[in-house]
Amino acid sequence: MLSLFAQLLPGPFTAPTIDWLALGPEIVVLALFVVLVLLDSIKLERATAFMPAVANLGFILALIPIIVLAADGGDRVLFGGSYVVDSMALILKALFVLSAYVVVLLSTNYLAEGDYWESEFYSLLACSVLGMLVMASSRDLVGIFVALELLSIPAYMLAGWRKGDVRSNEAGLKYYLMGVFASAVLLYGMSLIYGVGGSTRLDVIAARLVEVGSEGIPVITLAILLTLVGFAFKVSAVPFHVWAPDTYEGAPTPVTAFLAVASKAAGFVALIQIVFFCFIVRGDIIQPVFFVLAVLSMTVGNLIALRQTNVVRMLAYSGIAQAGFMLAPFVVADELPVQSRQAVVIYLVIYAAMNLGAFAVVIAVARKTRSAEIDSFGGLFTYMPGLAVALTLFLASLIGIPPLGGWYAKFSVFSVLIEAETPLGLATAIVMAINTAIAAYYYLKVAKAMWFDDAPDGDVTPVPVPASLNAAVVLSLVVTFVLGVLPGLITNVTEYGPLAVGGP
Amino acid sequence: MLLNQFLLLAAVLFSVGVYGVIVRRNGVLVLMSVELILNAVNINLIAFSTFWGLGGQVFALFVIAVAAAEVGVGLAIVLLIYRNRRSVDIDQLDELKG
Repeated sequence: MLSLFAQLLPGPFTAPTIDWLALGPEIVVLALFVVLVLLDSIKLERATAFMPAVANLGFILALIPIIVLAADGGDRVLFGGSYVVDSMALILKALFVLSAYVVVLLSTNYLAEGDYWESEFYSLLACSVLGMLVMASSRDLVGIFVALELLSIPAYMLAGWRKGDVRSNEAGLKYYLMGVFASAVLLYGMSLIYGVGGSTRLDVIAARLVEVGSEGIPVITLAILLTLVGFAFKVSAVPFHVWAPDTYEGAPTPVTAFLAVASKAAGFVALIQIVFFCFIVRGDIIQPVFFVLAVLSMTVGNLIALRQTNVVRMLAYSGIAQAGFMLAPFVVADELPVQSRQAVVIYLVIYAAMNLGAFAVVIAVARKTRSAEIDSFGGLFTYMPGLAVALTLFLASLIGIPPLGGWYAKFSVFSVLIEAETPLGLATAIVMAINTAIAAYYYLKVAKAMWFDDAPDGDVTPVPVPASLNAAVVLSLVVTFVLGVLPGLITNVTEYGPLAVGGP
Repeated sequence: MLLNQFLLLAAVLFSVGVYGVIVRRNGVLVLMSVELILNAVNINLIAFSTFWGLGGQVFALFVIAVAAAEVGVGLAIVLLIYRNRRSVDIDQLDELKG
């Protein structure tokens, strides 16, 4: 029967060659997802207690193929160039997996004490992280779109996780509606790019954009603009930021940390892929767009953050301002592609560490005060000095005080902007310098409350901080410090040229 | 038939969809408007794929599948809001502001 079939075929069968090691991190996280779903479906009451441990173990296991691939070195190109595992992709994958690890640490007690459907939570988290891992390697419009949806759809559900709470419902719906609208607009832009570029592969499109030169400027501009608008929603850049503060405040705080760090980083990774591998050939169009987005995000984000009374909302607006800082290197993307991409990645890694740390302290304090108002942090130093010192260090890092990590992140962005010597780049650097000074005010306001104000109601009994939260704070603190003191650790890894594979 | 006819149809659908998202106050109707935009995308992709080969049609299939998943989650969230508030008017969602 089989031999009969073989006679009908034109030639012998050859299996497609797939580099399974290069797909290692994705396979491990996918397996983690399956294991979590199975653990839930066998309905063992005792199994729920092991969910966080299983999730943490899975994310640690996913680091192993990443380390093996990094030690192996070299770029691996899969699926005809639409999936590339290079050093930059690996460092971003490590960032996503570690952020997910810390988010699980943050969620453990929050979910167990609130009885919030634990197994579904961790499996959706794993699903979202899988999307981020795929995003870090995609060099194809279809891949980027599918990865974006794979990471966003679970995040919509996580934002509305407290089902009975109307505030959480509202956070979920606002995030969902803005997200699907953004991805629809993004897709319309992508369909036009496909029409102009003739392929879904980024390198082919880039070559074609160079070829057409000055023809069809209006349609190319429209296509690039619509695509960038879609991503601007994801990274909460002004004027597409309105969902962020509401969603961050209403969602469960560990989910907020996940959205503010991992989801935002994934949005930036998508921008990196599409800008540095494709749109970079049309610097005349992307320069002004990114200039407007970056300057508006930092200024508006900072000015609104000044008058916030809730720490989570303040961190949301400060996150918008920080997104502006991260968008700044894109302004000079076509002048200094290698350095500007390096600056964005360095900023992403350091921002993840310090912001996750800040959220960890906020969650730990909220266990006592049941509130995230800045007033409720009053007198924290007198009864929980460790947390007060940790939060002060994270805030100092967010301001950019040496020798903490945030300083080096800002420094690398400034240096690439000034080195490029373009008028828009220098203008961005000036606005950024002013905004760094404004930002210091609202970060220090929280520090002042912790160190000098009295505790509200005079209640100074400390509450025990669970081990997982302590671990999250210490881990973030160590990374923030080490990257500030030894920035070479990350620059050495990121300084390989981004244009080695698939670039114009 | 010209390519322009398809692109114009897609552009009109896109505009109607964006208008609907901005103006409609009912959560379900906003979802329907988003679907209009996604259909505009599909028309664009398939029209262009007559020039460039199958890539666009494959992309359109992905868009259809992912859109279905998106709407599933969206309707679940809208239903949740309806259970808790007896209304799907998105203007009444004003617990969070500032």
